[in-house]
Amino acid sequence: MDPEARKVIEMGYGGAERLTMNMGPQHPSAHGVFRAILTLQGETVVGMDAVIGYLHRCHEKLGETLTYTQYPSIASKTDYVAAMSSELAYVRAAELLGKIEVPKRAQYLRVLVGELQRIASHCVWLGTWCMDMGGALGGGATVFLYCIREREMVLDLFEALVGARLLYGFHQVGGTRYDLPAGWVQTCRETVDFIDRRIGEWEDMLEDNDFFLARARGVGVISRELAQEIGISGPLIRASGVNYDIRRAEPYSSYEDFDFKVPVETAGDCYARYRVRMVEFRESSKIVRQVLDGLPAGPISSRPGVKSVGQVRIPKGEAYARVEGPRGEVGCYLVADGSAKPYRMKWRGASFSNLAVLPHIIPGHKVADVVAIMGSVDPVFGEVDR
Amino acid sequence: MGSVIAFWILAALVVGSAVGLVVRRNPIHGALFLVVNLGGVAALYLMMHAEFLAAAQVIVYAGAIAVLFVFAIMVLIPGKEETGPDPLRAQRWLAVPLGGFLALEIALVLRSTVFTTSRSPATVPGGVEAVGRLLFTDYLFPFEVTSFLLLAALIGVMALTKRKAS
Amino acid sequence: MTDAVDAFVAGFIVLSAVVGVVTYVTLLERKFAARMQSRIGPYRVGPHGLLQPIADALKLLMKEDIVPRLADRVVYNLAPIVFLIPGMLIFATIPFAPGLGVADLNIGILFFLAVSAMEIVGLFMAGWGSNNKYALLSAMRAVNQIISYDLPFIFTALVPVLLAGSLRLSDIATAQAGLWFVFYPVIGQLAFAAFIITTLAAENRVPFDILEAESELVAGFRVEYSGMKFALIQLGEYAHMVGTSFLGALLFLGAWAGPGPAWLGPVWFLLKAMGVFLLVTWVRWSFVRIRVDQILAISWKLLLPLSLLLLMATALVVVLRSGPGV
Repeated sequence: MDPEARKVIEMGYGGAERLTMNMGPQHPSAHGVFRAILTLQGETVVGMDAVIGYLHRCHEKLGETLTYTQYPSIASKTDYVAAMSSELAYVRAAELLGKIEVPKRAQYLRVLVGELQRIASHCVWLGTWCMDMGGALGGGATVFLYCIREREMVLDLFEALVGARLLYGFHQVGGTRYDLPAGWVQTCRETVDFIDRRIGEWEDMLEDNDFFLARARGVGVISRELAQEIGISGPLIRASGVNYDIRRAEPYSSYEDFDFKVPVETAGDCYARYRVRMVEFRESSKIVRQVLDGLPAGPISSRPGVKSVGQVRIPKGEAYARVEGPRGEVGCYLVADGSAKPYRMKWRGASFSNLAVLPHIIPGHKVADVVAIMGSVDPVFGEVDR
Repeated sequence: MGSVIAFWILAALVVGSAVGLVVRRNPIHGALFLVVNLGGVAALYLMMHAEFLAAAQVIVYAGAIAVLFVFAIMVLIPGKEETGPDPLRAQRWLAVPLGGFLALEIALVLRSTVFTTSRSPATVPGGVEAVGRLLFTDYLFPFEVTSFLLLAALIGVMALTKRKAS
Repeated sequence: MTDAVDAFVAGFIVLSAVVGVVTYVTLLERKFAARMQSRIGPYRVGPHGLLQPIADALKLLMKEDIVPRLADRVVYNLAPIVFLIPGMLIFATIPFAPGLGVADLNIGILFFLAVSAMEIVGLFMAGWGSNNKYALLSAMRAVNQIISYDLPFIFTALVPVLLAGSLRLSDIATAQAGLWFVFYPVIGQLAFAAFIITTLAAENRVPFDILEAESELVAGFRVEYSGMKFALIQLGEYAHMVGTSFLGALLFLGAWAGPGPAWLGPVWFLLKAMGVFLLVTWVRWSFVRIRVDQILAISWKLLLPLSLLLLMATALVVVLRSGPGV
């Protein structure tokens, strides 16, 4: 054998019957561009190094060079699976800083799109997670296609509302940019009812499936202590027994007006995370219905529409705004210097903080569990690397 | 005529792969030569109309070879040919007299056996019924002893690995 | 000499038919999967996508053949062929109608099982020769899985053998003239279920497709293969699967038995085999993959003892029914 080949192989084995294996950044289950350097002993993972940064696009620097009018549509691109929540985090920070009132109708609209976005995002999560466990050439792909079919319906709603399907630019400082078109409310009600029924179908399909349970139960347990120490948020921390939801803990955008349940599970494994998200699906559609029922009339923005890019000026100061995105706490920290652009901005991506838990829980699991656990954490690498 | 040609081809294959198995230093290549060798022997059985033996040979050795592969990878560091100093160097000198003894033995056996080709293939005890009948009548005791031995080996392996793991 | 010519011609016809069936089986599976997932499936090439397999084959033929620089070249290049041979050889003993087959050996089913088990060699060569860690892990998994599932597979396949009292495949088929073995009370259904499960494992289909496991090991042992070598591996895999479907139809579903004139026999046989294939496909597109340790546990702790028990029960039933002293 080629001496070079021999060297490569011996390096990989590390001389101690251990195999170092790179999973990603080019890997079907990397959820984008995640690189996990796994140390394997047989099939068991004994060590994991997470390498991120392959999707870095200088979002925070961009935030300094774009005005308060321009940036919301760029903010969509941090977490592109849940664009509405990152937009909201940015405009809320600007509003807090500038003490800008938001009309009630705009607040309700923000809740509406935020919850629809949660449904769409959880659809993507369920589909990709099942694909991680079941493969693109197996049962996982079936679930994936079902979920994507339902997500399309939500995207159709967004398209009717904004004109875009993935990255919206729906929010603006002081309110929203668009109002509901005619007939939209009716379509939205039908869609939400329909998806509610479909969620029941998915649950039947998965929860009676022993293979699915075997892969999800007891895998990737995050203890309550670890969850709080790492600072994970969203469905992850709720699956570990911590009742923490920013919509409840620190209501924003009139969330206090709505009646919804915050699901909490105590097991902390993949199955608990799955359960939490499945309940969230239903709670989101409940909130959507309440918004549609109680949508007040009135202006959709306290500021005039866009006339020039530099029209919003925020007084000097700093503010941190956070919202509950589908993946957890999405925070935006702004330092303003009185001009039309922030002096400094910083994102707190939910996926970034959630991802930090992986090296703590993955060792000891099998290779197949690595992708299952990663899928259950639901990282979006646009948000991790920004 | 055709069967003679086939025999010589197979014989060359069997002997050649056996030589390859001994000569190759890469354990994986050695195991692959073993596959060829065992397959050739199975084909020889088939030529003698001992289909059952051939099938049994393949079934048993397919699993055996697979295990051998795993051993080759796990025990011997793969890709690294065994080139270090031989720890059993002294035994090399034993190889010459032992090899000579074996050759002598084979020669004696070959000389003393009378080969006949008169038996028609149908009566050769290689069919399922014949082997089964022999196993459960004449050779029942050795058969049971062998199975007991294998069972003991199986349990022994389990006990050994359990102790190592804990 | 004419015997040899006859054998060659028969072999040629069977091989061509097998390659044709296997090519179109991929289309069948894709269409079936598409319907399960509320899609349409291949539709653009030819009417209803009927020319899709040919387009796929042409595409693979024209692809660049890539050999990794540090691959174990001989092993790597030989592997697809070694992998394909068992997949093709298993068709040698299958009788497609009374007297219509290449070789109706008196140990037909043993030959089938033996050859089918040799698949591991090609698999392992591909996994090892690629010099890729995903492929290597996949090869190790393959060895684990095949060792674990060969025994239950053989045991369940032996149940019809006991019922028919012969290892010759055509005898097993004719023994089911009155009652298909799948309808044999209790034993038949259990054996058929066990056969389907072990087939899934032996063919590396979801939920047992840990060798391929594209979400973990990308494509497992064939991750480095491209172009025609990849096509050969695919062909081998599907041929193996179709062969096993034929075996299932023969062992449990009465082979060529069916209404209509005798010449319809092969058609019935093909339909039944496709039925078994679709059953396996149905499972494939509705389950998630299970983990390697769970797969091994299922085999050793559940399937192996149960199939052994089933075999012994069958033997008991056969002895009781035929009376002592046979």
